[in-house]
Amino acid sequence: MSAHTDVPSAELSTHPTSGNPLLHTRWGRTFLGMLVPLALLALWQAATTLGWASTSQLPTPSSVLTAAIGLAEDGILAQHIAISTQRVLLGFAIGALLGLAVGALVGLSDLADALLGPFIGAIRAVPSLAWVPLLILWMKIGEDSKVTLIIIGAFFPVFTTVYLALRHVDKNLIEAARAFGLSGTRLLATVQLPAVVPAIFSGLRLALAQAWLFLVAAELIASSMGLGFLLNDSQNNGRIDRLILAIILLAVLGKTTDALLGLAERKAIKRWA
Amino acid sequence: MTSTLDRPILANPNKHDNASLSVTFSGVGRSFAVGKESRQVLRDVNLTVTPGEVLAILGPSGCGKSTLLRAVSGLDNPTAGTVFIDGTPVSGLDTRCAVAFQEPRLLPWQSIEKNVALGLPQGTDRKEGTARVAELLRLVELDGHSSLRPREISGGMAQRASLARALARRPGVLLLDEPFGALDALTRLKMQDLLLDIHRAYPTTVLLVTHDVDEALQLADRILVLGREPGQAAATVSQLLTVPGARPRHRNAEDLGRMRSSLLASLGVDSGRH
Repeated sequence: MSAHTDVPSAELSTHPTSGNPLLHTRWGRTFLGMLVPLALLALWQAATTLGWASTSQLPTPSSVLTAAIGLAEDGILAQHIAISTQRVLLGFAIGALLGLAVGALVGLSDLADALLGPFIGAIRAVPSLAWVPLLILWMKIGEDSKVTLIIIGAFFPVFTTVYLALRHVDKNLIEAARAFGLSGTRLLATVQLPAVVPAIFSGLRLALAQAWLFLVAAELIASSMGLGFLLNDSQNNGRIDRLILAIILLAVLGKTTDALLGLAERKAIKRWA
Repeated sequence: MTSTLDRPILANPNKHDNASLSVTFSGVGRSFAVGKESRQVLRDVNLTVTPGEVLAILGPSGCGKSTLLRAVSGLDNPTAGTVFIDGTPVSGLDTRCAVAFQEPRLLPWQSIEKNVALGLPQGTDRKEGTARVAELLRLVELDGHSSLRPREISGGMAQRASLARALARRPGVLLLDEPFGALDALTRLKMQDLLLDIHRAYPTTVLLVTHDVDEALQLADRILVLGREPGQAAATVSQLLTVPGARPRHRNAEDLGRMRSSLLASLGVDSGRH
């Protein structure tokens, strides 16, 4: 009964003790979040203009911007971004769906757990890059091998969170639902799936981060397009400005996709938690 | 629904799908495996509860009160003997029963209304189901809160919703497993009165597990006391008392006081000090 008090609980701030008004408005938090990147940018500018670092090691911010504009004007930048994003989204979608399906199966069925649990555990123990030579041999250097690597990367976080969450659904709720005649798919749809929605979203966010990680791995190893290729190519040509550009783009893209998923997560938690 | 206009909605017991049903325990026993050993909790429970009766089940902690209730609902199977509802043995989950647990066990992501609707029998006509849920919410005085989530209401309200959910299937047997045990004293008294109102509106058979002797005296037609005889590991029926007087009973009635003392004594409490 601890969850129920006689006074409906108020929404708790994440920092109940802090009195800083900036922490309590969206714009305030956005502003605070921008401070460190802006300070780093200023430091970067200072380091290059004041000659603390040689421009062959660290180009100026403006030269990175120039590199971006140059690539954009050739239309190559958009291509790199588009192909990388496409690979991530495709691999993430397939991997997450598979993770959801297999996680649900193994989480709900003791037989499936006994049959598949140890096997999946062993596969997960294989370091991700160990798959690369095999994937390239089987699928050649193309989209398939890259997307497959990302699928592997996105699969495990979703599988693990869904599996564990289903194993830990409140036994009392399930018993109550069973007592009212629910079983099988009705029990799944009424109790078990809604109960794990928040966990599914945290799994999805981990999976998305993994998807970007595996994208860069795949593109660094063998590709002719994409941000990972841009990294590799720039390193070979000594274009450190483009290299830093690629890193910044990966940060922005990764953060943006995560923020979008975070929005969906907040809505889902409000509805289901 | 014309009848709802000219008389109280709930004073119409005739439209029940399920009449109240009898419950018979025949040699019921239950042992649990603990490692390689088996530990017997209950043995030789023999008893018939008549249709419409309110039976309170009292006993010290861990004597198998809840186990006995779970055997009726089919959530648990006895290892010896059989439970019969209306003469037919219980095997598997029995939809003639409905349970309210000590915790409300409401789905946190659903409104109170949806939670109550969960108790409707499968295949209930949608319109009829909505009407029945609305009627029950009025009965447990939650009709103004039907769209709230469980976390937005108090413990007593959640327990009322849990009762309404159990009633939604018009059970032949209503099983209450310490339904008011976690509530504060004042709320508990109100809930007891409410349960009497409910029983008047739906005179179903009620099996009520409780720790509270006064609650048993207030609500029950008969009180079953489970206990262990000296030297016995398993509990069985140690007393079966008929409570005198029609409900609602005066809480300070003299004959209830005597029965209260003897019940407390049988539960190992010195009533002179309480």
